[in-house]
Amino acid sequence: MSWFHQIIAVTTLNLRSIPQRLAASLVAVIGVAAVVGVFAGVLSMASGFKKTMVAAGATDTAVMLRAGSTGEMASAVSNEQIQIIATAPGVRRDDAGNPMVSGELYVVVDVAKKSTNESANVPLRGVQPAAYGIRDNMSIVDGRPFEAGKNELLVGRSAQRVFKGLELGSTIPFGVTEWTVVGVFEDDGSVAESELWADVRVVQSTYRRGNSYQTVRAKLESPEAIDELRATLDKDPRIDVDVFTELEFYSQQSEAMTTLITFVGYPVTILMAIGAVFGALNTMYSSISARGKEIATLRALGFRPLAVLVSVIIESGALSLIGGLIGGGLAWLFLNGFTVSTLNAASFSQVVFDFAVTGELIRQGLMAALIIGLIGGLFPAIRAVRIPVATALREL
Amino acid sequence: MKYFYLVWKSLWRKKIRTILTILSVFVAFLLFGLLNALNQAFGGATDLANAQRLITLDKISIINSLPSAYLTRIESVPGVRRVAHASWFGGYYQDPRNQFAQFPVDPERYLDVYPELTIPDEQRNEWTRKRDSVIVGRALAEQYGWSVGDRIPIYSSIWTNRNGGQVWDFEIAGIFDNDDPRSNTLFMLINYDYFDEGRAFGQGSMGWFILSIDSAANSAEVADAVDTLFANSPNQTKTSTEAAFAESFIGQYGNIALIITLILTAVFFTILLVAGNTMAQSVRERISELAVLKTLGFEDRAVLAIVLAESSLVMFVGGLLGLGTATLLINVILAGNIPLPGIYIDARAILTGLLYMALAGLAAGIFPAIRAMRLTIVDALSRA
Repeated sequence: MSWFHQIIAVTTLNLRSIPQRLAASLVAVIGVAAVVGVFAGVLSMASGFKKTMVAAGATDTAVMLRAGSTGEMASAVSNEQIQIIATAPGVRRDDAGNPMVSGELYVVVDVAKKSTNESANVPLRGVQPAAYGIRDNMSIVDGRPFEAGKNELLVGRSAQRVFKGLELGSTIPFGVTEWTVVGVFEDDGSVAESELWADVRVVQSTYRRGNSYQTVRAKLESPEAIDELRATLDKDPRIDVDVFTELEFYSQQSEAMTTLITFVGYPVTILMAIGAVFGALNTMYSSISARGKEIATLRALGFRPLAVLVSVIIESGALSLIGGLIGGGLAWLFLNGFTVSTLNAASFSQVVFDFAVTGELIRQGLMAALIIGLIGGLFPAIRAVRIPVATALREL
Repeated sequence: MKYFYLVWKSLWRKKIRTILTILSVFVAFLLFGLLNALNQAFGGATDLANAQRLITLDKISIINSLPSAYLTRIESVPGVRRVAHASWFGGYYQDPRNQFAQFPVDPERYLDVYPELTIPDEQRNEWTRKRDSVIVGRALAEQYGWSVGDRIPIYSSIWTNRNGGQVWDFEIAGIFDNDDPRSNTLFMLINYDYFDEGRAFGQGSMGWFILSIDSAANSAEVADAVDTLFANSPNQTKTSTEAAFAESFIGQYGNIALIITLILTAVFFTILLVAGNTMAQSVRERISELAVLKTLGFEDRAVLAIVLAESSLVMFVGGLLGLGTATLLINVILAGNIPLPGIYIDARAILTGLLYMALAGLAAGIFPAIRAMRLTIVDALSRA
């Protein structure tokens, strides 16, 4: 019998005898399932958050902030500067020939979360009319746009789901002013859907900002036009802004949060994985020590040590993979699409996002499971083939 | 206790297995400690709050500032002992990645309202006297290698100064500590007067007020009285206890506590299974030995105790090592350097950990122990 056939024979024998060692095998499976489940669960928060933030990012839209600003809220741009940007090269014009540029104000208002009834920093964005055209995927799905000069709100779909009092037609007080929700918009599940929109002039007066803005968004003629725009504005002494593509801007804004989750998620997973390796090792050691006699018998019959070694590793790997699939599957079943809202420190405002158990996470989880299985099987396998046949046969 | 030697010996009957089990218990309790500290930071930040402090903010939004004239008006409300104020500077040191909190404050008022912040008298006086000076927290100073007398440029992403620039130069007048080991000292305090005169816009505004009140018992009345005072002004206020403020702020991060509890449950469940399985295995293999013990005259109850002691010992050795490592890491090595307030392993967490170790030892050992106790000598010996 070739060594390959021997491996198959011994492995089949091992796998068939698993029901006799069901409890111990189950322990290994559940251990690995817990690792992969926790891994996929924790990191699905990071991937979901990132997905929401980056989904908003177009490469042919420029976002401009005062140089050095760390977020929209800290930035300040004057009306004159917006006029300069509007005439800069690379900025697209709509069919009527008007530049597609929107000066925006980004502030937060206190609105209660539905789940906890605690107030949260909900972003309120004051926009100019061009804002609609600049965002490709945005559409009003219910109601109508706000009217200029009125205290009217257009609310994002996600914000409406998570925060209280944003139903169409309802009024909500911000300080002394009352606002009416007149419409609901969608934007492909992006971060914009966490926002409330209103006429920038009304937001300016409510927040006593005079005629100043915080950020400028501009639609570009093409993604490449950003370089031209950046070069022009860099040279202009009247203006001192950082120019990002929308994608760059949102990646930057999501970085701190995803890094934080990742920094918690990976060490926890690694620690748990070490625990699971011990579990798998224990299981496989017990498994081979319970079968010491059988293994010795096989070897006495002429089965090569390598065949025995490989078969033990395959058994352990298979158990781990099953565990990994169960863990990943449970995480996907219970967490994928779970909607939460958290405070993004970079923008100091709430972002509503769904947990995303992605294929990549499942793949990494299964890789981890496989590694746990291989390590968990290797040492017991070496032990199994090292014990002299005579000793093993006598032991029991 | 007289059987300790026996328990110890049988534990090391299979060295590798025992070590592996202890290591996995170690990992479980290390995680328990770390996650508990994190949970403390998210769920327990309210413990840190002083019940005799209230926070007054703009009602529309935390980002709006309030007129400085409010300070004396709030101070005249009955029950208010002293009022301090702070603002948000929004700066970083050298690189946007080096962000930390800076607050322009009135030195005397601020240190009076936050008595837990301690600083040598001469440094405190120097800070009050020298207008462009700041004091920094111990952890912050260590992080950037600053010492008293250093001049540091801080880039404010919000405040333009009179020269039209964003960079503000400060001299470090002192380094402060926080008496409460659960708090961090990763922030900087700036002289408000210097800041207010130096900024190009927004003069005369203050970010928020911190009220020290006479008695925690009437915090609700005082808060109401303050908010009523400004009910008809363009800047309405929202006053709450420091605890409620911290809670609502932490609450903004979402249900972190639930997620942590879920992770902990998964970890414990796994480790218990592993350890329990090992114990069961170990008893199965030793049936004949246990029968011999019984033949020698060991009572049923003694056999039960021996097996239980074995599993408890594994749990306690691994658990104490794990929890000890976590405590050392959080409370000593990283103390004051974690940018989350209230991250700490307290006595309650340690007691909970001990309780879990005892329960886990019992849960893992009880079935094998009962089985060992019920062994009849004849059966056991003949089976072997």
